[in-house]
Amino acid sequence: MSQALHAGQPGLSVVRRVKVAGMRDALHAEWTKLRTMSGPAWLLAGLIVLTVAVSAAATAAVRCPAGTACSVDTTKLSLTGIEFGQAVVAILAVLAISGEYSTGMIRLTLTAMPRRSAVLAAKAVLVAGLVLAVGAIAVGGSVLAGRIILPGHGFTAARGFPLESLADGPTLRAAAGSVLYLALIALLSLGIATVVRDSAVAVGVVLGLLYLSPIIISVVAGDPVWSHRLERYAPMSAGLTIQDTTGLRGLPISPWGGLGVLAAWAAGALLTGGLMLRWRDA
Amino acid sequence: MTAGTVTPYRPGEQAGRDGFAQVLHAEWTKFRTVRGWVIGTVVAALVTAGIGLLAAGTTTSSCQSTSGSSGGPTRTGSACAAAAFPVGPGGVPVDDSFYFVRQPLTGNGSITVQVTSFTGLLPPANPNIQSGPNGPADTRPGLVPWAKAGLIIKNGTSQGSAYAAMMVTADHGVRMQDNYTNDTAGQPGAVSPASPRWLRLTRSGDTITGYDSADGTHWTQVGTVHLAGLSSTVQAGLFATSPAYTVVSQGFGGGSNGSSLPSQATAVFDHVSRSGTWPGGTWTGDYIGAGDASGIGGYHQAGGRFTVTGSGDIAPVIAGSGNEGDPDSTLTDYLAGTFAGLIAVIVVATMFITAEYRRGLIRITLTASPRRGRVLAAKALVIGSVTFVAGLVAAAAAVIFGAQLSRHKGTYVFPASWATELRVIAGTAALLAVAAVLALALGTVLRRSAAAVALVIVVIVLPYIMGVASVLPASASEWLLRITPAAAFAILQAAPQYPQVTAVYTPTSGYLPLAPWAGLAVLCAYAALALSLAVVLLRRRDA
Repeated sequence: MSQALHAGQPGLSVVRRVKVAGMRDALHAEWTKLRTMSGPAWLLAGLIVLTVAVSAAATAAVRCPAGTACSVDTTKLSLTGIEFGQAVVAILAVLAISGEYSTGMIRLTLTAMPRRSAVLAAKAVLVAGLVLAVGAIAVGGSVLAGRIILPGHGFTAARGFPLESLADGPTLRAAAGSVLYLALIALLSLGIATVVRDSAVAVGVVLGLLYLSPIIISVVAGDPVWSHRLERYAPMSAGLTIQDTTGLRGLPISPWGGLGVLAAWAAGALLTGGLMLRWRDA
Repeated sequence: MTAGTVTPYRPGEQAGRDGFAQVLHAEWTKFRTVRGWVIGTVVAALVTAGIGLLAAGTTTSSCQSTSGSSGGPTRTGSACAAAAFPVGPGGVPVDDSFYFVRQPLTGNGSITVQVTSFTGLLPPANPNIQSGPNGPADTRPGLVPWAKAGLIIKNGTSQGSAYAAMMVTADHGVRMQDNYTNDTAGQPGAVSPASPRWLRLTRSGDTITGYDSADGTHWTQVGTVHLAGLSSTVQAGLFATSPAYTVVSQGFGGGSNGSSLPSQATAVFDHVSRSGTWPGGTWTGDYIGAGDASGIGGYHQAGGRFTVTGSGDIAPVIAGSGNEGDPDSTLTDYLAGTFAGLIAVIVVATMFITAEYRRGLIRITLTASPRRGRVLAAKALVIGSVTFVAGLVAAAAAVIFGAQLSRHKGTYVFPASWATELRVIAGTAALLAVAAVLALALGTVLRRSAAAVALVIVVIVLPYIMGVASVLPASASEWLLRITPAAAFAILQAAPQYPQVTAVYTPTSGYLPLAPWAGLAVLCAYAALALSLAVVLLRRRDA
């Protein structure tokens, strides 16, 4: 405002003001929103606790009795909590946009930042960044829980199960990939929430899209063509292949390819959300 | 004039407006007039029916009918033979293959025998190191738990005909079984030359009574069965059979898997005595259902001593035993859409209360009817009833059209009694209704829609996914499906478990640990708990 006054020319002031409300300001504004609400902090804490707790519980439930051959993917097992953690990520990402719709705040936001795609981009960057940072702690905790629990349950190095370690290539890929998976789930949820606006419906759509695929795959198991297609292209089934460290040849899609499928879903959802945000009235 | 100022106070009408019927009517009006909720409920019904039909439509059998324009279950070619099970008197598909040493019996009579030995052969422990054809080198001595041999009275020699039998088993003592699904325990303990068993079957009209004895003089009645439509001349005699040896391997990443290989059992019978009219005069040995049992079996008579060897089973077929490419399906498969419908129902039911908080309408609602518990009860009743009706229509459509579509596609559809069909359909509707009440209650507790929707979906759907399609071992899966709200999916179970048939009854193969109604009761308990908490919080907190 003061810059516009200094410029003196009314024609120029419009240009200046648009410039001022750029990406950096959008990021700053969104960061302030996220920082000053108590919800996101609780959700992020919940993401860590829930992911690590479920991973540890699943790992503790599996034993490899002496004298039997166990063909278990211990890395994937110790990352089981991601299946739960993604629900928390979905809530966080959905609320980042639909919270504004429910309170009417979105009108204020879009008045202050008329470049609507910048608003969505800022939200995407911040939510994904937060999830990456906190997801890394959650995944690290899960791997650590596996490292502590697994040897006591018969999964010892002597039987072909080396200690869970991020120095191991496939384990590092699974762990880093799980963090990326959570970030992509956040972007997918943000995109869907921008399209449907209502938080309850958005969470329902996101969780339905994620959790229904394994159930439908088991139902159409009699049809190899359809089950193979679903395993390759459903966001959760494809994305979670990033956690596989054994039997890679039998996978319906390669680990990075699977994460790529999820990235395509997230990109598609964000793009649709961005276009809807531009075209529709808020 | 002064009286006129008093009249606006209408105590009678006010009492009426505060009644439960009025609250119920108000809540119903709210539901009916919000377009999104009505659409959501319709969507729930459509996806519940639609996904089930999609599943029935995409699952094709390798023995799909080639002529198939009639729409009937045209099963052609040898590939379909395995799935064309004989049907027992109760309408259930059955295994009926055993070695039968028989004579016709006309009218009433009885047969008594002493079993002195019961032994058998099992396939190799590790089928992967099988080196040759089924020779003695590959097999090892032993019996499968439900290997059986003894006396049988059967209404003819065709597969699936009515029967009653007294038998010794490998691990389950003496049993009396009839018409494939019924099983009664007799004396416990295994048979050996040192401890033989005596068995007796008596026919009187349509009634057959089984007895067992340890010494041949002191008899105990095990059971009496009534075989409807038993012809005057029946086939009676000795039998032996042995179900497939099932290796249950703890498969990680796919739960438990079972693989089956044939086994055989040999019983030695002595002191065969008969009463009544036996017109045949000589014993005949026959393989009943030889087609499926690769012809293992035979008998040998030396004086009064019979040695009978058989392989196969006389028992109901367990759903899910069809091999890949030739799938069989149960009613449960057509209800896979319930999970999708459930998510839609949870969203609508949560919004039914959280939308009031978001818009501030809750204050008006609670001002209009200050008895808060009543408001919640009315809401629960409205959302529960609406969901129940929608679920009922959807489940009925899915089950009825799904079965038709499957048969048209050449998939074997396990028959279910009308009682089971009714329970599965009403149970699906009830599951959706109770889940809606749970969502409403948690929506009241949390007041925020996103968190409430996610919480309800996670507690109901995720344990099911973890239990059915995950890396957890069977014991952990069963535990999950007992104590979480996901236990309710047991109500969708159409295929029964038979304790007298060895099979992989794990969640991965479609068998949930709890009985159908017990499973639904678990969800009801969660819903009741959440609803009580919601009432307490609704009363205590400011709106």
